[in-house]
Amino acid sequence: MNPSSASSPSPGVASGGTLLEVRSVAKRFGTAKVLNDVSLNIAAGEFLTLLGESGSGKTTLLRLIAGFEAPASGEIWMSGQRLDLLPPYKRPVNTVFQHYALFPHLNVRDNVAYGLRARGTAASEVAGRVDDALRMVKMQEFAAARPGRLSGGQQQRVALARALVNRPQLLLLDEPLSALDANLRKQMQSELKALQRELGITFLFVTHDQEEAMALSDRIALLRGGTLEQIASPREIYKRPATAYAAQFIGQTNLLKAEVRAGVAVCGALRWHSREADGPALFSLRPEDITYVPGGSPPPSSAATFRGTIQQQLYGGASETLEIACGPTQALRVRIRAAEPLSGELQFVFSPEDAIRVKV
Amino acid sequence: MNATTPTRRATWLMPYAIAVFAFIYLPVVVLVGYSFNRDGVGGFPPRHFTLHWYGLLFADDAIWDAVLNSLLVAAGSVALALTLGLLAALALDRADFPGKALFRRLVLLPLILPGIITGLSLLMFAVFAGAPLSLVTVFLGHGTALISVATTELFAGLQKMDRAQEEASLDLGATPWQTFWRVTLPNLKLPLIAAGLLIFTLSMDEIAVTFFLIGRDNTLPMEIWGRLRQGMTPEINAISTLIFVVSVVLISIWYRLRMRTLRNAS
Repeated sequence: MNPSSASSPSPGVASGGTLLEVRSVAKRFGTAKVLNDVSLNIAAGEFLTLLGESGSGKTTLLRLIAGFEAPASGEIWMSGQRLDLLPPYKRPVNTVFQHYALFPHLNVRDNVAYGLRARGTAASEVAGRVDDALRMVKMQEFAAARPGRLSGGQQQRVALARALVNRPQLLLLDEPLSALDANLRKQMQSELKALQRELGITFLFVTHDQEEAMALSDRIALLRGGTLEQIASPREIYKRPATAYAAQFIGQTNLLKAEVRAGVAVCGALRWHSREADGPALFSLRPEDITYVPGGSPPPSSAATFRGTIQQQLYGGASETLEIACGPTQALRVRIRAAEPLSGELQFVFSPEDAIRVKV
Repeated sequence: MNATTPTRRATWLMPYAIAVFAFIYLPVVVLVGYSFNRDGVGGFPPRHFTLHWYGLLFADDAIWDAVLNSLLVAAGSVALALTLGLLAALALDRADFPGKALFRRLVLLPLILPGIITGLSLLMFAVFAGAPLSLVTVFLGHGTALISVATTELFAGLQKMDRAQEEASLDLGATPWQTFWRVTLPNLKLPLIAAGLLIFTLSMDEIAVTFFLIGRDNTLPMEIWGRLRQGMTPEINAISTLIFVVSVVLISIWYRLRMRTLRNAS
């Protein structure tokens, strides 16, 4: 197992060295391009998430790494070994399937022992390792049960134990939590994360849920229509989205189509200082980066200010979302901490550095 | 308005249904009834209940030889048809090859082909091959003619199977061969048993194909048919009753297994 796993690697930097390399991989189904020249590296001990909508190619990329599909072009390497030419049963990776794919004719213990037995591990060793794996996922008492009698969450744990008992260098997880209800999902998220830290196994996790991706990942690879949109740490991708799509997919944002001239960006009623070159530019401004100025108090001198009329105030417990109009055609979203009901025209303020230039 | 329609239909549908079922099952009832009649097949209504004919039947060595022959042929046919049918079903389900549509039709053809055609062509083949007619040719005839039944049943089973299980097996390091024995085949357990029962029953009852391929040893239906030419005896009724009971039991098991497969899949 990997010794350098206790701390998660810093974003974008492979602390434990590169474990898996995906080099310009492409995949077509018939004439449809599912993956388009995707390249990415996964560091040893990292928790990397492939995030995207359905049809983004995230599951296809996972299946290429597991060996269930062959790439049309490109190569996949793992610790100096070419992976994409090996059949799935010779790859040092294991998969947790979306619907678990447990063997219904075997009990929990035999399901977990399956991989060890297939590889010819000695029976004495199998027993001990299966026990350890079941204990790790807290399923010892269900060892004799058939998968059909288990709940979704329990099946999930067995699927996890069945994969981890083989001590893979890389664990692939294909939307493993999508079939669970919301509460169980949250709980399993934190258990997964703890397990990954503890074992130091590299996780490649596929999800369409951006909140889940943000909560779990060291880095997120955002896929869109078969191409890699951005790969960065959750904080980085949220704070500095590379594209308009990334800004909108991860969290909410206001997209501002501005015109920059002599260091000042203008978009409708909004004007702010910008270091971008002159010409048209697209900016992302997060709703929580805008706030209103309570009547009378002066705004900070460096800030950009504008006036807007409250259209809607949506209460959300800890925070509230304001939909405001500033000008006849311009609407913005503002997120503030819960406040008293607001109405009429107010002054709003934001820091120019929070307006992030994004690609279309 | 709608509520009256089914009732009115049922008023004439009911006697019609009774007539149809009577047409199908009354002969069977008569056959079973007369197997217990002391005075044989003559005379109505049957009188004087007796097990005499069954006693005669159990002492009749020729009949039991024929039963044994039929069982041997049926067991062999099940093995042959299941093995080849499973391979054909796997090819139809997984492989892509030129002429697949033609292959599918050819495999299923014996289902609709009259037994007389199948029997005659197999007879010609046996003659050309110089193979003496015997129980072996009968077994080969039944086995090959019933491959289509095995293929249909097993293909349906494969279609309903969760392919992710096989991927999981490969993912866990099992070779395709190990995966076939440890995951694919256990998943097909119910369809295999169901198809086996159906093929067994069909082989036990088969006459058309058997007629062309039989040598000196008789199967049970051939033995019965041969005796009928010397006149009907209630002993025939007795053995027919036993065949009927066994067939109904086997077909019921087959049907229940099939329903269970369908339920498991959904």
